[in-house]
Amino acid sequence: MKPPPESPEEGGSPGVPGFRTWRGVYGFVFAFFVLCVLLLVLFSRVFA
Amino acid sequence: MNIVDWFVLLGAILGIAAYGAWHTRGIRSPDAYFKGGHRNGWGTIGLSVMATQASAITFLSIPGQGYESGIGFVQNYFGLPLALIIVCAAFLPIYRRLGVYTAYEFLGRRFDTKTRVLGAALFLLQRGLSAGVTIYAPAIILSTVLGWRLDLTVILTGLLVILYTVTGGSEAVSLTQKWQMTVIFGGMVTALVVLLLRLPDGLGFMGAAHVAGAMGKLEAVDVSFDPNRRYTLWSGLFGGLFLSLSYFGTDQSQVQRFIGGASLREGRLGLMFNALLKIPMQFLILLLGALVFVFYQFEKPPVFFNQVAWTRLSGGTNAAAFSAIEQRHVEAHRQVKKEIAAWLAVRQSKEPGTEAAARKAMVDAHNRVDAVRTEAKAALLAADPRTKTKDSDYVFITFILAQLPHGAIGLLIAVMISAALSSKASELNALATTTTIDLWRRFRPLAEMDERRNVRAAKWFTAFWGLLAIAFALFASMAENLIEAVNILGSIFYGVVLGIFLVAFFLKRIRGTAVFWGALAAQLLVFVLYFTLSIGYLWYNLIGCGACVLLSFLLQSMRDTAGLAEKTRVAP
Repeated sequence: MKPPPESPEEGGSPGVPGFRTWRGVYGFVFAFFVLCVLLLVLFSRVFA
Repeated sequence: MNIVDWFVLLGAILGIAAYGAWHTRGIRSPDAYFKGGHRNGWGTIGLSVMATQASAITFLSIPGQGYESGIGFVQNYFGLPLALIIVCAAFLPIYRRLGVYTAYEFLGRRFDTKTRVLGAALFLLQRGLSAGVTIYAPAIILSTVLGWRLDLTVILTGLLVILYTVTGGSEAVSLTQKWQMTVIFGGMVTALVVLLLRLPDGLGFMGAAHVAGAMGKLEAVDVSFDPNRRYTLWSGLFGGLFLSLSYFGTDQSQVQRFIGGASLREGRLGLMFNALLKIPMQFLILLLGALVFVFYQFEKPPVFFNQVAWTRLSGGTNAAAFSAIEQRHVEAHRQVKKEIAAWLAVRQSKEPGTEAAARKAMVDAHNRVDAVRTEAKAALLAADPRTKTKDSDYVFITFILAQLPHGAIGLLIAVMISAALSSKASELNALATTTTIDLWRRFRPLAEMDERRNVRAAKWFTAFWGLLAIAFALFASMAENLIEAVNILGSIFYGVVLGIFLVAFFLKRIRGTAVFWGALAAQLLVFVLYFTLSIGYLWYNLIGCGACVLLSFLLQSMRDTAGLAEKTRVAP
């Protein structure tokens, strides 16, 4: 199967304030995930 | 439960179901019935994806998990945000570009009809067989605790979900899930607030968290590489990534929730909403369980949380032995309460030796409570060997019924039933859509010419799968081990399905015939290994996926080599 052409909205702006590309959104989500893990480690240490 | 609870419960459950059925009653077009009419925004998609994943067992069992083993279970969700980023970037744009109704329709476009039918058949087999469990698992707990008839609970909840899913299809599912998630969030916040208010004076959240932490209930992240440990950062990251990718990227019950958004942006944001919220949400549900544990250090808990089973077996000739266990439990609980008070008093002490000694006394006292509970479970088994001694599923519901005010009890029971209905609705909708689009519409002559007839067929298929789920749930009450059998069956098929999709997305040169036979051979291998090895069944996900990808690659290479040899032979 030949892949269908990419639609304009795929590479377009995500329309989220502060983000110009989807890569930026994914980067933010990944950074938030890392922050969550670090906060959970900290939480465990504080209340151990 | 009193009249106020019933009013809240029936108002929430029937009100949402009636609203969903009424609002979507006129739907006739396949786009609206199978995809929600491309009207859903990211909020609706996000809540719908969340509601599909969160079954009633999430809200019954996970607080119990927090109570018994602490919050380490949160690590199981660590792979989820990463999987959702991959689905957003690689899977969703292709599904939308092709305008497919099902994930398996994509396999037909990418490979051929036989691979599409294989993917759809594996999904239908696995989901169809597990269809009853989503209704049965919460029904057995609620009917045990609340004294409802199990068969009526199963039949009524089953018929209710069939009613609005048949009427409005995907649109009704998303619409009702939005409100059901509102009830679920409202109920869980209410439970948390009441719990914090019920903690002893002066303890507060911080004090309770310190007690839970000292008892080992707040160890969220374990970086150990020990394979014998059940939940670690690594098993959560790798195992969780693998499972989430197959669940969100290839399971039609999830794919259907996000491919029908108003635009690609709405679908992506709906998934990112879940990627951001899932870990904090699961953490809070587990923390709730850990705080219920602290609450029951000050308030005496039952020796065994499935009190119906305890009461049933503790009479007659066993009365004296059970009564003695209860006495020992009262005494052990009194001791642990005293030791916690002593530890809290010296916790701020500057002398580390004093604090450590008090902490050790507290933990020892708690271990004695656990020993009495183990003794109680052994006594139950001796009285009736068929008794299920795992009582953690009953912890949260016991707390709700004993500690929450009326009205809030009804709301929390509505949370459990809403969660059961929302995940069941997605499942029925996906089963009916796959049956209609990948089998009925594909093989029925001229079916593609009459889409309204296909919608009518989908409504009949929804009812069929719903009634089958009810029948299975009623049968399951006679053979409870079926639940585990169904989970094993899921793991046996899930890996191969993911393998087919990974080949479709990332190995462009592999064609339909190679992946079809590669998948069948991988499935056969998984069956053989299942009957000859004794490894944990979750590993079959990884084995099935890896074998499918590898065998497809090898078969394609062999076909390419054979084709090249043929060309060389024919050429002058």
